[in-house]
Amino acid sequence: MMTSKMWVTMGPQHPFSHGLWTLKVKIDGEVITDAIPIIGYLHRGWEKECENRTYPQIIPMADRLCYSASMTWSHVYVMAVEEALGIEVPERAQYLRVVADEICRIQSHLMWLAAMGTDLGNLTVFLWSLREREMFLDLFVKLCGQRLTTNYPRIGGVRNDMPYLFERDCMRVVDLFEKRLWDIIALMDDSAIFLSRMQGVGRISRKEAANMGLTGPGMRGCGVNFDVRRDDPYEVYDLLDFEVPVHKDGDAYARYAVRIEEMFQSCEIIRQAMAQMPDGPVRIKVPRNVPAGSHFARIEDPRGEALMHLISDGTDKPYRLKVRSPIFVNVSGAKRMVLGTRMADVPAIMGTIDMCLGETDR
Amino acid sequence: MSFSDWVNISDPLANPNSPYGVTENIPYSVGSGLWEIIGGILAWIINMIVPGNRLSPWLISDAVTNALGLVLMVVVFFAVIFIVNLTMIWIERKVLGRIMDRRATRIGPLGYLQCLADGLKTFLKEHIMPDKADKKGYMWAVSIVIGSAVLIAGMIPLSPRWFLADYGTGLLIVFGIFAVSPFMILVAGWAQNNKYSLIGGMRAAAQMISYEIPMLLVFVSVVLMAGSLNINDIVQFQMDNTWFIIPQFIGFVVFMVAAVAEAERIPFDLPEAEAELVEGWQTEYGGMKWGLIMLSDYFRGYVACALGVIMFLGGWALPFMDELVIPEIVFLLKVILLFFIMVWARGTFGRIRTDQILNIGWKVLLPLAVLNLFIVVLLKMGGVF
Repeated sequence: MMTSKMWVTMGPQHPFSHGLWTLKVKIDGEVITDAIPIIGYLHRGWEKECENRTYPQIIPMADRLCYSASMTWSHVYVMAVEEALGIEVPERAQYLRVVADEICRIQSHLMWLAAMGTDLGNLTVFLWSLREREMFLDLFVKLCGQRLTTNYPRIGGVRNDMPYLFERDCMRVVDLFEKRLWDIIALMDDSAIFLSRMQGVGRISRKEAANMGLTGPGMRGCGVNFDVRRDDPYEVYDLLDFEVPVHKDGDAYARYAVRIEEMFQSCEIIRQAMAQMPDGPVRIKVPRNVPAGSHFARIEDPRGEALMHLISDGTDKPYRLKVRSPIFVNVSGAKRMVLGTRMADVPAIMGTIDMCLGETDR
Repeated sequence: MSFSDWVNISDPLANPNSPYGVTENIPYSVGSGLWEIIGGILAWIINMIVPGNRLSPWLISDAVTNALGLVLMVVVFFAVIFIVNLTMIWIERKVLGRIMDRRATRIGPLGYLQCLADGLKTFLKEHIMPDKADKKGYMWAVSIVIGSAVLIAGMIPLSPRWFLADYGTGLLIVFGIFAVSPFMILVAGWAQNNKYSLIGGMRAAAQMISYEIPMLLVFVSVVLMAGSLNINDIVQFQMDNTWFIIPQFIGFVVFMVAAVAEAERIPFDLPEAEAELVEGWQTEYGGMKWGLIMLSDYFRGYVACALGVIMFLGGWALPFMDELVIPEIVFLLKVILLFFIMVWARGTFGRIRTDQILNIGWKVLLPLAVLNLFIVVLLKMGGVF
């Protein structure tokens, strides 16, 4: 039978894309035979712009790398600068950064869960997830006065100490959230429709994931037991007891399950960090100029492994600041994941990548 | 001559001119009664201006009252169905808001006027047509989609005294026109010269072949059990014996699943899957055309629920009661009950895939529908009904 194949351009303004990017798919009927991800619509010269800013000025810019993971991105930046300065951050500041990171991880995963719900055609998951996310954004407001672009970590500590009763608020939110997350899980996992949409689609093997350099939940979803927080601990993660969820299937459902379990682990980390929180200063004074050298810092972003490579030349501005964005690498797996699936699977698969174009295009 | 000579405010229910040979037909009585008032006022005014003219007696003559009564009857019937559909949209929004833990519509009393605001907004939008679209296909296909939805909504009687026409092949015609729309969606998807629309139209066709056959098998079982295609007879049979949901529960479930697919609602809204197909076959429609498509979706949802009520839930009858108690309201309440289940499904489920609906249609619904037909034949041969 003669069949003709058709290129369909999904994006940049397409409901599934969650940002400005394009996935060109070649379809035979509804089966995808080829795919090309096109990114770069949001390129704004972030790395070049950093070369004309002083070191503290880059912190709010690092927030803008990803709207829902701003805390981890400014964190990895200040870690790189502290590495270059060779200073030790006060212990209380380290704990505060860990708490802020985990709040950020939960709210970013909730944003992903909301988007995943609409991708699968259900608005209830979307609104319930955003309702829970609002609690964590309120914690951000209490901690640093902003909902999304938090601007909280500083070179040599954090901007301010915890506000009054923040610990109590944190505990309340985490306890409540753990109960309510089960509602969303019941809505998704008890429904044969959701399971059949996610299980067995977008499969990627452990070897392919390793070859592509997938990180984060995408990597842990296909059986790689690696987490920067545990295996290359930064701040005080080595003092905290938590598990790294790993699933072996490598399909969309495995990535979904990894993220859901990570949220529970993050709640556990917040509890432990709050219990162990020592007294002391939260910020130390640091020199203005950074000695010349090449340093990098890596961190477990909600989306994968975020890395910043800083080359300093002894002035108060970086000579070069390179960002290794997890999504930039993960999106290269898009073609492998969607091949052979149907067009209706594209949102379900791309939803589990958790696209964020700010960090991808930089 | 005085005002009362021209305006005849008699009991509109006691209309001797009923064309169908039945005792009463409320929409017709209301329509002809309305014309008796309007025509009478017109005749009185004309007679005051030009005394002794021939137009005034003609306006209130039996023939004109009958003819314009029929026209007004359609208007009355449509107005009622329209208000019912606006109420269903309102119910859907309110229930979904409650399910999703958010505020629903808030315009007007209890948010009821949101539909009117939406209608006004879409009405004021510009009429845009794609340059390379096939103009005739683009306009006619969507007209038939909307028109067939409104037509079948008008063919569903609300009670033995509230209908437009009482015809012997009732249910067959309703099902026939119900199935027209997917063909026209295919045409509309092709005519728009848009890849998303094309895929959406193809999906409508693929979806139709998977749910239409189980649905018709269930229809056959119901007709076989009642021994008639006439909607009144089917309801009367259920009143005399038992509601068909009891012997044909499998058929009811199959029908409701197929009806959700027929009404193109989540989880079966594949032709307009907004996650992957933008808006599916409706992508290139804008303004009032899109607004009417949305409205016709609710008309089809109303018809699907109404057919479920007529075929399985005893129509306008109340359980354990022989006489009818305000049958129109009973019927509409039952329709809204079924519609609530559809809304509940929309708030709970996601969207399924094209190959999955084919699997469900051919591997689950079709055997169940055949089993249901088999049960009906056994019951009929055993003399139970």
